[in-house]
Amino acid sequence: MKNRSFIARNPSILVFLACLGLFTVAVTIASEGFGLGLISTSFVKTLGKTLCLCLVAVAMDLIWGYCGILSLGHFAFFGLGGYMIGMWLMYERTRLIVTESMAAQQIPPTPQEVIDSIGTQIFGVVGSSEFPLIWSFAHSLTLQLILVVAVPGLLALVFGWLAFRSRVTGVYLSILTQAMTLALALYLFQNDSGLRGNNGLSGLQNLPGVTASQDVVSIWFLWASALALGLGYLLAAFVVSGKFGSVIRGIRDNEARVRFLGYSVETYKLAMFTLTACIAGIAGALYYPQAGIINPAEIAPIASIYLAVWVAIGGRGRLYGAVIGAALVSLVSTYFTGGQAPDIPLGFYTISWVDWWTVLLGLTFVLVTLFAPKGIGGLFDLVTARLPSNRHGADYGPDAGAKREEEGQ
Amino acid sequence: MSTLLEVNGISVTFDGYKAIRNLSFNIGEAELRAIIGPNGAGKTTFMDIVTGKTKPDEGKVIWGEMSRNLVGMNEAKIAQAGIGRKFQKPTVFEDQSVRENLTMALQNKRGWSSVLFWKPSKADQNRVVELAAEIGLSGELERTSGELSHGQKQWLEIGMLLAQEPRLLLVDEPAAGMTLAEREHTTDILKEAAKTRAVVVVEHDMEFVRRLECKVTVLHEGSVLAEGSLDHVTSNPEVIEVYLGR
Amino acid sequence: MIKALQALALFCALTLSAPALAQDSTAETPADEAAQAAPAEMGPIQTLLQQHAADLAKPSRRTIQPVIDALAGSGLEGMQQVLQVWEAREMYQRESDGWFFKGEKGPDRTIILTDFDSGEALEPVPSGEVDNLKPNSGVRGLIASALVRFQLLDPNAARRQDALTAISRNPDASHLEPLAASIDEEPSPALKAQKQRLLTLLTISFGADEDARIAAIESVAGDLNVDTRATLNPLVATTLKAAEGEPTGNIARTLRPGSEELPRNAAYDMAAAAADLPARIEPSDRRNALQANIADGAVGGVPLSELNTIEARERAYAALVEAGTVAPAPTEAEIDAALARFTFYEEYAEPSPFVTEAANAALRSIDTKVGLNTTLDLGLDALSLASIYFLAAIGLAITFGVMGVINMAHGEFIMMGAYTGYVVQQMIPNHTVSIIVAIPLAFAVTFAAGVAMERLVIRWLYNRPLETLLATFGISIALQQLAKNIFGTQARPLTAPGWLDGQWQINEIVGISMIRVAIFVLAIVFLLFFLFLMKKTRLGLETRAVTQNPRMAASMGINPGRVNMLTFGLGSGIAGIAGVAIGLYAKVTSELGADYIVQSFMTVVVGGVGNIWGTLLGAGMIGSLQKGIEWLNPSNTLAAQTYMIIFIIIFIQFRPRGIIALKGRAAGD
Repeated sequence: MKNRSFIARNPSILVFLACLGLFTVAVTIASEGFGLGLISTSFVKTLGKTLCLCLVAVAMDLIWGYCGILSLGHFAFFGLGGYMIGMWLMYERTRLIVTESMAAQQIPPTPQEVIDSIGTQIFGVVGSSEFPLIWSFAHSLTLQLILVVAVPGLLALVFGWLAFRSRVTGVYLSILTQAMTLALALYLFQNDSGLRGNNGLSGLQNLPGVTASQDVVSIWFLWASALALGLGYLLAAFVVSGKFGSVIRGIRDNEARVRFLGYSVETYKLAMFTLTACIAGIAGALYYPQAGIINPAEIAPIASIYLAVWVAIGGRGRLYGAVIGAALVSLVSTYFTGGQAPDIPLGFYTISWVDWWTVLLGLTFVLVTLFAPKGIGGLFDLVTARLPSNRHGADYGPDAGAKREEEGQ
Repeated sequence: MSTLLEVNGISVTFDGYKAIRNLSFNIGEAELRAIIGPNGAGKTTFMDIVTGKTKPDEGKVIWGEMSRNLVGMNEAKIAQAGIGRKFQKPTVFEDQSVRENLTMALQNKRGWSSVLFWKPSKADQNRVVELAAEIGLSGELERTSGELSHGQKQWLEIGMLLAQEPRLLLVDEPAAGMTLAEREHTTDILKEAAKTRAVVVVEHDMEFVRRLECKVTVLHEGSVLAEGSLDHVTSNPEVIEVYLGR
Repeated sequence: MIKALQALALFCALTLSAPALAQDSTAETPADEAAQAAPAEMGPIQTLLQQHAADLAKPSRRTIQPVIDALAGSGLEGMQQVLQVWEAREMYQRESDGWFFKGEKGPDRTIILTDFDSGEALEPVPSGEVDNLKPNSGVRGLIASALVRFQLLDPNAARRQDALTAISRNPDASHLEPLAASIDEEPSPALKAQKQRLLTLLTISFGADEDARIAAIESVAGDLNVDTRATLNPLVATTLKAAEGEPTGNIARTLRPGSEELPRNAAYDMAAAAADLPARIEPSDRRNALQANIADGAVGGVPLSELNTIEARERAYAALVEAGTVAPAPTEAEIDAALARFTFYEEYAEPSPFVTEAANAALRSIDTKVGLNTTLDLGLDALSLASIYFLAAIGLAITFGVMGVINMAHGEFIMMGAYTGYVVQQMIPNHTVSIIVAIPLAFAVTFAAGVAMERLVIRWLYNRPLETLLATFGISIALQQLAKNIFGTQARPLTAPGWLDGQWQINEIVGISMIRVAIFVLAIVFLLFFLFLMKKTRLGLETRAVTQNPRMAASMGINPGRVNMLTFGLGSGIAGIAGVAIGLYAKVTSELGADYIVQSFMTVVVGGVGNIWGTLLGAGMIGSLQKGIEWLNPSNTLAAQTYMIIFIIIFIQFRPRGIIALKGRAAGD
């Protein structure tokens, strides 16, 4: 084996990064904030959000496409990341407003009065004014940024440790992750969860202390999202190349064999689960300031399943496939469900895309699973002409998550 | 000859069926041993127990100079302790190249962090090439192992076992489905391996066992029926009865 | 027959002779003299009424009681009727002479007046010449209780029953004596028992003799009736009081200020009210007071910029108090000192400690019994929830257990069944018939859908459980949206037939709605049906064969494709029937199935795959767990679900393959 750097061994990484860079520059030039104004700010935000979704899709591809664990919980980690940054954004912005309004009074406020007033502002909607314990770090951007990674990571670590050590695999694990997601969403829906119940956190698009217009801020976030996606992609590519990649792909196809080679499968799975949860948390932390609001409905189990749908449509087991799937499906979904797509009059019935898009997506998804398991990413194989191995209909391994013959062709 | 593995009074029951009953025997260092027995004699279950896949209801498996009990340890720990296992069906990672398969099996640190930042050294690369030559796959290093023939996969798996540098090799029916030439090659690989480590071969095929020229243990209904040279055990009336039926 | 005739005759005689008797008996009363003085026709009742004319015309709840007592205690025979008429707002006063009559609306805005004494109807008079007396509800309540003594002895059993109801609704010390007097003569055993019970309760509340009260209290220990508890509770009702030094009276307990039940501020406010201490000032009020007294950039000599601590503000406020500009307010230290001087305690309204003690003991014994019954009730709830989960999960367990297929669209099959029921009900208005039609039809519809899905999708994905999961999820979202497009997003009703309405009430506490009983029965029917199918039929045999070893089964001439298809259809069909059952007690929406899918999965996972008893146990466990957690934390069903899922995740640690798991090599890895 030649000791070249892993980027040299995977030229697709450079192609991807170049495309991402070009895309970012192009959007910047066409934006209202920095350039020609061809693209509306709201669409810039949509593109920025899409980049974040691509990043969480990369995480999903790592855990499912490479490690064979169909996690239905990664959108929960995504949402947790969003909540963590949202706490700081909301606290700091409310604090600035409260301090400003109190500064107008003649008697300076006591620290307790400031905190009480912020608490009333934030928690008034759920009939409380006390800061719950989980907001202890909300005053510090640094600490909340650490929590963006630490909270999803810790949840994944604890859950993964419990699940993997009892050797829950395959669909059992998927259902268990789904249950975890549901439990988290239901918990956050309560008013006394400390995160404003179903109101969620709002006003996140306003950065505290920043006076620049949303036109400019949206571009900043686009850059940040692009940077995060680029770095995340590099990290993912690094992880799946080399021996570590060999081991996790081995786990996907034949867990028992890897175990008998002396690798502690549970530790590897746990490492991957936690790593991808952290990536998902970062993606969420960039997504929700662009979306402006986060509430528990975002975490509902169905969101995580959609994430799997994106990866499957894009082509699992290849990182660019995940990115393409997430970008394409989420943008097309936005187009159709946003009411921009023209209705199709059939005379006796008018097909309204808002109503029928989900039906179409569901069926497309069934068709992709049945007839194009390689997804959209498979189209690239036509160009690069990868050598197929004839497997006579057998999969690459005995495990539920193993690669299918059709995916290898 | 010092004892490497001592199986001591193990029993295991599946849903009331006693697959292994009070099985005891020893394997020395650098010993080649064949285990034969009719279907259901407990050969594969014995391997499952030694490698940690199945937990026995009672008994001990004592390993090495430190006399560690392997019962209760997980598969990965046992593999790291120096026991390699080859399955009945060839199980290699078919999505990956022969080189990747061998590299994964190389005797290196198994922790996830050291694997993540692992870079192959010159010695590692030479070892892979050397192993490939040993198992006759020098020309196939960059091929996806899913494309290999059945026999080549068996060799690759044995190669992976050798790369692990185990002190004990458990080989389950290595000759199944091989051509005559392939069998001879397999015998050579195993005999060569047994010079530096213990090798336990489970096999049905008497011809193959005869060619191994080693001590034979006959299992029947989960316990040892006879032990000795092949000629010795095949002349044992009990063994004949078990094999030919009563 | 003869007895009945006798009773009838007696009754006639009584009614006919009543006015005559009235005249006879009143002839000697002192009121007679008053009647002499009045115009000739004035009878004794009218005389009495005229004595209280002013109060009768303008009654008030506070002053009318003596009047009512005088009327009711007069012993005049027609008085019961007078009170009834008064209470029914049918009493009129003639404007010309102030006489009182019973009045009825006649033709042409006239009123037909009836004389109380003679019972004779007069000529109709225009309604302008009489005033209708309309006592308010408070007064009417008093009249009603006065009437009770008559009604308790009324020959009509229904009247006596009414009287008892009236007493129990509005118990009063005055009922005690007439009620006790009426018991001996009570002919009906049922009413007699009721009277005795009521007497016990009245004795508890109003009895004069302490020992009698305690005896009565002890006799009702363990009685589950709500009115028993309603009688006992006021005895142990307490009021929170504050006193300097040792408190007196019947004290329930003392409280510590600053505890959860008695916050510090509330305690001080009580003490301040009791001992005329300076009122506490809220921080915001203090701030406002300071704000109002700013002078030269300072308040009370403290510069404004320093006023951002509590201590500085207290200092500034104290300065203002000294200057006399604001009312004094206690500092934190003064509050603490005041609180230390006071004892805060709860005092019983009932002065006798023996009575309160007996009442507490009786309530405790009742509580224990209530607790037991609540547990039973909770058990019934859990059982019915478990039956629903069982119904929802059984189809899933079949497809998952037999084929290893996770069907994410299972919830949508449930929904499909419910909508089938709804559509059938639109066509067949008779609810009973429509349900009977809907059940097999729902089975047929979802069976067909299941078979179609198996043939078109799942067949191609065998041994690819994760892909199956995702493909069926695709179908699930498509079906859900389809249902939304067809039926809209609002909930559709699926009405249960009349005989399923209502409750099966076992006692005051334990009860279960008939629909839940029906669902429970349905679940048992399915369990038996499934057991029969698996153990006694060819299909069951083949299914079991395919489950255990598909290759071997195929080589023995069983067509696994056919078995899989039928199994899948069966599982889906049962989901459809479960849909009808769930739709009966929940609203039918496109999300109906999705609400149950995770619980169904949990049921299957917890129960263990491939075993109907496992599913049953799983459903039982999840159902009782959910009810149990809801009971522990009744305000928060969302949290209950969260805790339940966490519990299941932990449970999986100990039994990764469910309660009933296949063991040995057959289980595979």
